[in-house]
Amino acid sequence: MALPPYATTGQRVWFWTFRAICVAIIFFLIMPILVVIPLSFNAQNFFTFTPEMLRFEPGAYSLRHYQDFFTNPDWQAALWNSVRIAPVATLVAVVLGTLAAVGLSQSHVPFRGTIMAILISPMIVPLIISAAGMYFFYSRLGLQGSYWGVVLAHAVLGIPFVIITVTATLVGFDKSLVRAAANMGAGPVRTFFKVQMPLILPGVISGALFAFITSFDEVVVVLFVGSASQKTLPWQMFIGLREQISPTILAVATILVAISVALLTTLELLRRRSEKLRGMSPG
Amino acid sequence: MTDATAGKPPRGGQMLAADGTPLKVSLRRAMRAQKLRALLLISPLLLFVLLTFILPIGDMLLRSVENDIVPSTLPKTVVALQDWDPKTSELPGEPVFAGLHDDLVIAVEKKANTRLGQRLNYEYSGFSSLMRGVVRDLKSMDTSRPFMEQFIEADKKWGDPAVWRTLKTFSGEYTSGYLLNALDMQRTENGIQMKPEQERIYLKLFLRTMAMSLGITFICLLLGYPIAFLLASLPLRTSNLILILVLLPFWTSLLVRTAAWKVLLQQQGVINDILVWLGLVADNARLVMINNATGTTIAMTHILLPFMILPLFSVMKGIPPSYMRAAKSLGANDWTAFWRVYFPQSIPGVGAGAILCFILAIGYYITPELVGGTSGVFISNRIAYHISTSLNWGLAAALATLLLVVVLALYWTYDRIVGIDNVKLG
Amino acid sequence: MSLRYILGAAVLVGLPFGAAMAADDIEPCDGCANSMTVVSWGGAYQTSQQNAYSKPYAELTGTTFTWDESSNEAVAKLRAQFEAGNVTWDLVDVEGPDSQRLCDEGLAMPIDFDAVLAPGDDGSTPTADFGDGLINECFIPQIWFSTTFGYRTDVAEWNGAVPTSLCDVFDMEKFPGKRALEKRPKKNLEWALLCDGVTKEELYDVLSTPEGVDRALKKLDTIKDQTVWWSAGAEAPQLLADKEVVFGSTYNGRLFAVIEEQHQPVAMLWDYEVFDFDGWIVPADLPEDRKARVMNFLRFATDTQRLADQAKWISYGPARASSQPLVGKHADLGIEMAPHMPTNPDNMKNYLVNNIEWWADHQDEVEAKFQAWLTQ
Repeated sequence: MALPPYATTGQRVWFWTFRAICVAIIFFLIMPILVVIPLSFNAQNFFTFTPEMLRFEPGAYSLRHYQDFFTNPDWQAALWNSVRIAPVATLVAVVLGTLAAVGLSQSHVPFRGTIMAILISPMIVPLIISAAGMYFFYSRLGLQGSYWGVVLAHAVLGIPFVIITVTATLVGFDKSLVRAAANMGAGPVRTFFKVQMPLILPGVISGALFAFITSFDEVVVVLFVGSASQKTLPWQMFIGLREQISPTILAVATILVAISVALLTTLELLRRRSEKLRGMSPG
Repeated sequence: MTDATAGKPPRGGQMLAADGTPLKVSLRRAMRAQKLRALLLISPLLLFVLLTFILPIGDMLLRSVENDIVPSTLPKTVVALQDWDPKTSELPGEPVFAGLHDDLVIAVEKKANTRLGQRLNYEYSGFSSLMRGVVRDLKSMDTSRPFMEQFIEADKKWGDPAVWRTLKTFSGEYTSGYLLNALDMQRTENGIQMKPEQERIYLKLFLRTMAMSLGITFICLLLGYPIAFLLASLPLRTSNLILILVLLPFWTSLLVRTAAWKVLLQQQGVINDILVWLGLVADNARLVMINNATGTTIAMTHILLPFMILPLFSVMKGIPPSYMRAAKSLGANDWTAFWRVYFPQSIPGVGAGAILCFILAIGYYITPELVGGTSGVFISNRIAYHISTSLNWGLAAALATLLLVVVLALYWTYDRIVGIDNVKLG
Repeated sequence: MSLRYILGAAVLVGLPFGAAMAADDIEPCDGCANSMTVVSWGGAYQTSQQNAYSKPYAELTGTTFTWDESSNEAVAKLRAQFEAGNVTWDLVDVEGPDSQRLCDEGLAMPIDFDAVLAPGDDGSTPTADFGDGLINECFIPQIWFSTTFGYRTDVAEWNGAVPTSLCDVFDMEKFPGKRALEKRPKKNLEWALLCDGVTKEELYDVLSTPEGVDRALKKLDTIKDQTVWWSAGAEAPQLLADKEVVFGSTYNGRLFAVIEEQHQPVAMLWDYEVFDFDGWIVPADLPEDRKARVMNFLRFATDTQRLADQAKWISYGPARASSQPLVGKHADLGIEMAPHMPTNPDNMKNYLVNNIEWWADHQDEVEAKFQAWLTQ
């Protein structure tokens, strides 16, 4: 959308106004995240910029909130719980989700629409409803307040993401490759692991990342389904936000933003790789 | 050569596969095998989702009509009440009171009386204290005297036909009471009616949830459209960079973003500090932007904006730029070219983004809870309140059912317009 | 902030202290489970319980403790556990009215106080020592606490006026600014009526009339649009410290932390503060080994010395009369705790005790009415 040389003054004005508006909107999107980062290095227990910070005095900045995060037993227990729950939930979601996505991508699946709607529903149903349903039902089964209760709940919440990303990579999948493999005498299992898997792997990994972040970031369901011994990082943050905004939350936030950036970069690289593998133009 | 396409030339009007079976049969068999394999692959997950997700939700829906606490706590009373006509202003007869006495003796022993009182109190205010009082009342009762007068002596509420009417109305295994309550309605002698004005809250909350979600969706559209347009019209390298800026908040923890808004919007927060520093706002007249509807709107707009931009962008990417150019070369000015040519083609993206934002918005719980105060909370917050604080689980389930109906209707529309298969992430 | 401060201090001071007490006699516990799940309120309060009760007990017996901060949802979660037939909690810290509810519903176990609890240091029986605190047969009181108002001392708009009475909270002319009140009818209704000319004696009679609640709500209407409603105990102190509100109702222990530990320009109003008990209940039908452990712990944790010890970390008054003289200095700040106790006579010139019976009877209807009023 470059400005052509023959543009009128009005067009020029509009061109630059439009850009200014866009910059403002992007600023709105990014600013809250950017504000958190410097505040997390605040040497004081405040959530606003101290005059010293604005003058860039080195003494006004410190790593004490990070130190607190890494030494406070509450935060460490929460981190440990998150680390124990999220990968297992992701694994369950990815294994079941990938199998189902492969099944769904076959040409003649009866009730495909209905099945798809059911499998995607955990993403659409409001979390509070899912949480309430699981709270009552898991209570009856004795799963409420247990490690496996939380893992199962988080796995089911991650499944739609796996289904969506894996089916998306399968859409561009060239079926003749499977036939070629079969032609050469490979069984279905061997074909899956040697031909399909490497090609859909980017989709599986990005689905896994989504499932992981869903569990790692989830607070509503764990509040209901979990008990104190499953208190995850988001739960601890929720308590902190409701009870008292300790700057440690901002330090945790910054760490999580850094993780997000890393994940985002990974995803972008995967996408490019996937498209190269499938012979699409990068974009 | 198992491939069915490798059929031999026709013989006797029938295509045969390599192994000599008719091609039609062979094809059908192959298809059946394929279907079976597909279902086999899908079934573990389907079973998993049904068991861990659909069943719990179904179970909860059932709770919104479940009422077995009344017939199971007062079995004799319920049976005896069957003969009583609730339309009369007369009290039920002695057998009902005798049944009540027997039932309550057992209930008090099992300590089930207060739970029952709480349940009936949702329908008729005063049942809680009535049922708590029976512990004391029963002790003083004399089994040789008629129970009717003894009950009325103990608490004159037992002499009020309205109490018995409530008992009779809610004596079934199932009830519509919770759902009616969730719609601010109640069952009276004259049928189903709206509750008195000052007791209505849920319709209002539903409306507020809808209105605020609509408002948030609209603001998202307003802010998201220019960005998506910009992304679609910039060269790939630049647009990818901007896309990352859009995706960064999308990938950042919801709680982190809510925390950030709390830091920004407080009266002693960053925005107010800057405004005061700039002299735009007096120090003693700082803006109130949190713990109210404004706080919820700002924070949720921020959180949902990427969900608007991404579908818009994926649609706009597919609109050939040559159309706009063609319109302009035919004499349209910039605005006409955009409004008459470009915008109509972006409508599917607008629809997809708007429905997605709206669906996500009406179910929000965390953000309104943290920044919404009282004027900025949603129906979800009320559901959570009834589960963990007021303990009215039936009402929580009824409210959840209504919310679910709305969401599923939107989900269906979304599927119709966009197709679930076309949901894209990142 | 303050939480960590207290936590750090408590760890430092708590360890040698616990060791010094190890000489105490403790009854042997045969066939007892060796772990316990205790439910409490989190924060500084839970820390004080850990320092005064569970740490010394764990040192003496080797019992492992798991703490669950679910006390404000205790009734809901216990109900769910009972429905599932899978009770995972051993001991639950609740407020008086919640204990009433749990006891009424048979979810809490009735306790034979004189058999289970230790006699007072002065030889008094537990029943006499706890006195009025034994509000029902399931509840073992730990502390007296009070809910009262804190106010900012640096509000320019007040022109030097200092609030002295509860009703200043309702005086928007003289004391403008935002207020923080609990998102519940209890206490707020009583305060509103007291400032609407109702005397302390006829309070619950007025509330029992059909117009009583409406009258209270009408009084609250006068400050409604200037009120921030809180639901978690730490919110009001935080709002006060952040200057978001000028008045805030909260528990006196939380205000103590804001004033004495964080040194914020906040002061406390001791006028018509509402007294309440907080204490333990034991879930009904525990397996024998777990029940035996809980009973053994309870005897230890509610004796005269231990209850007095808790006041070293938090400014709540011990529920035993015999513990009162033993209240000493704050473990870390070194200030005398007695003047900060809600049970201190100077702080009790005007006070109020919630009528638990009345609230148990009317909780549901009043709560519904209040919530409707809130959304109007």
